[in-house]
Amino acid sequence: MVSRFSYTLDSSLDSVNKVEEAAEQLAQKSGLDEDQTFQLTMAVREAAVNAVLHGNAYDPEKKITASFENNGSSLIIRISDQGHGLDPATLPDPLAPENLLSGSGRGIFLIRSFMDEVHFKLLHPGTELTLIKHLDSTQKSA
Amino acid sequence: MSMKISTRQVDGVTILDLSGRITLGEGSVQLRNAVRELLGKGSKDILLNLADVNYIDSSGIGELVSAFTAARNQGGELKLLKLTKKVHDLLQITKLYTVFDVKDDEAQAIASFSHK
Repeated sequence: MVSRFSYTLDSSLDSVNKVEEAAEQLAQKSGLDEDQTFQLTMAVREAAVNAVLHGNAYDPEKKITASFENNGSSLIIRISDQGHGLDPATLPDPLAPENLLSGSGRGIFLIRSFMDEVHFKLLHPGTELTLIKHLDSTQKSA
Repeated sequence: MSMKISTRQVDGVTILDLSGRITLGEGSVQLRNAVRELLGKGSKDILLNLADVNYIDSSGIGELVSAFTAARNQGGELKLLKLTKKVHDLLQITKLYTVFDVKDDEAQAIASFSHK
């Protein structure tokens, strides 16, 4: 059975926290263990931070949307903003020696580290990130 | 839950005992302000006790790096004490574990500062 829910939220840190809580609930309902729950929750939080901070730049006129889906075999989370659009090819490698001591630029890297699939889609305006975590046979639809 | 910071001095080293979350917004800003204040007062040897930090995001990781470089740029040292497994793993993934001087024992950490 497919379960799905979504939110449209202001570009604020409160929204980031709400999206993070929703991700944690989805992970727990879907049978992810503690480490997997931490990883999924963190990846979703980073995506929400990206949408609020880098995408919409806290603009009160712009919204973020977050949708959460368990289709029985995967958890699919989509986070979108209404910003200028993010080209992942332009992101510097945070593991490169010249970037190691940078004070920022690790969010997308962590998302990719913790999810099975990450997809970027330009929305004109904005960016949609799709984060996918495959479920194993011990995990289930929510 | 936001982050709490308490400060103590041990043998010339300033120890910041942090607890809670270091994330975008309050936790990161609190840490930045605390380190800036110490460096401004000339306290350049800083030990961040992360034993009670249960969560850190990319912004918090960036803040640790910025604090590390700020201390070093002023001729001081900033070291990390007692990482939780989650913070340890994040520093490993981001290749920062070898950048920071990470200690498990407070007395040994204090003794390792070269300026004291």
